[in-house]
Amino acid sequence: MSRASAVRVILPQQLRMLAKLEREVTVMVTGPVSQRSVIDALETAYPALRGTVRDHAGQRRPKVRLFACNEDISHNAPDAPLPDVIASGREPLLIIGAISGG
Amino acid sequence: MSGVRVLVGTRKGAFILTSDGNREQWAVSGPHFAGWEVYHMKGSPVDPNRIYASQTSSWFGQIIQRSDDGGKTWQQPGLEPGDVPDFTAPPEDDGMPQPAPSRFVYDTSEKTGRPLTTHQWYDGSQRPWEFTRVWHLEPSPTDRDLVYAGVEDAALFRSSDGGESWQELAGLRGHGTGPDWQPGAGGMCLHTILLDPNNPQRIYVAISSAGAFRTDDGGLSWRPINQGLVSDYIPEPTAEIGHCVHNLAMHPAHPERLFMQKHWDVMRSDNGGDLWREVSDNLPSDFGFPIAVHAHEPETVYVVPIKSDSEHYPPEGKLRVYRSRGGGGKWEALTQGLPQENCYVNVLRDAMAVDRLESCGIYFGTTGGQVYVSADSGDHWQAIVRDLPAVLSVEVQTLP
Repeated sequence: MSRASAVRVILPQQLRMLAKLEREVTVMVTGPVSQRSVIDALETAYPALRGTVRDHAGQRRPKVRLFACNEDISHNAPDAPLPDVIASGREPLLIIGAISGG
Repeated sequence: MSGVRVLVGTRKGAFILTSDGNREQWAVSGPHFAGWEVYHMKGSPVDPNRIYASQTSSWFGQIIQRSDDGGKTWQQPGLEPGDVPDFTAPPEDDGMPQPAPSRFVYDTSEKTGRPLTTHQWYDGSQRPWEFTRVWHLEPSPTDRDLVYAGVEDAALFRSSDGGESWQELAGLRGHGTGPDWQPGAGGMCLHTILLDPNNPQRIYVAISSAGAFRTDDGGLSWRPINQGLVSDYIPEPTAEIGHCVHNLAMHPAHPERLFMQKHWDVMRSDNGGDLWREVSDNLPSDFGFPIAVHAHEPETVYVVPIKSDSEHYPPEGKLRVYRSRGGGGKWEALTQGLPQENCYVNVLRDAMAVDRLESCGIYFGTTGGQVYVSADSGDHWQAIVRDLPAVLSVEVQTLP
């Protein structure tokens, strides 16, 4: 049986408002902890977020960026493992909207 | 006593303005969907408590919202209201399809779809069709769960389950002239949808910048209806395709009679768009965005002249609505209560509406955040609100 990891995720303000969530949520990820598996778990737990971080074809939206341990991992492979501190819940994964005015 | 509910979409959220039939004292609710662009909201003619809203973001994509209590609470169709899942449980895969709210996918299927072609970009090159947002939602006059969506890149979608799932009416995008369509300044959008109240098979749409189109078979096949339009800013001014139609209006008692505000020119057709003639006449500028028809006088038409395609503000800094009581032509300026100096706002294409009270109310919103009302067909105006974010759309519901 696969182990489930409790992963902390910090959401941008617009998505907190959309899904009526606090700044930080915890999602349970089964199996390897990667961008894809965390966002899968996030969308499963909060269906209102489907199509917002990734489009409906599964591509990260161009103005959405992901940070782990102060490092921009937006362009890393979606299935690349996230750092242990993220997978263990000691540090959160950050989802932010690009700083592009508006 | 009867009343009105005005639905205002802005660059930073939605606002709902309500009043009794006197339309003098107003209550303002909002912002709803704060921080998001709300391109359009519209209520169902058969159930005024049912309202659809297009909430959109360049960052986070398209969201469809629906209210069943007149705008007090909202939900994404397909998601249960107030549903708070147990986020401590691992995701389950039970083989059931997961809900996918607000999913707009061009129909390229062999059976009902059309291949995804390209359209013209600003520089003349070809670009693939790409969904960006919903510009306009048009609920059916007879079925509260049936609603149409006009989207960017231009296409028409239909939902028969209250906005839970959307299917493209691909015959329009696949009409064959797609490679000649190009974006206007706001994007390549399908922004206007008129449903013929007498004939559910007939729908009119307008696209910037392709022109107006009509279907007579419920959306399976479409034909351009741009004969009579002359656009000097395109290489072939009388071309079948390529006109920047800004808005269309129809009176439900005369659905074959259409009015058009084009990029330049105000036009009229008496045969369902088969042929247009210009009715700009004495307007100070025939450039503008919205056009509307009086609720009880099918020949009374309203426009808001804008100086030019580069100067998107009223001529002479005077905000004037113009009214024609003859179905176009012989336009009179309506100015009482509107700023007549130093006014440089714009009024966008979906930002004017009329109510159906006995003394017809006219409403419009500006990019400066004002929403104006006239409770006497345009003779006198007052600002309901003055300081909203830039107004993208205004619709009004007449309540019993």
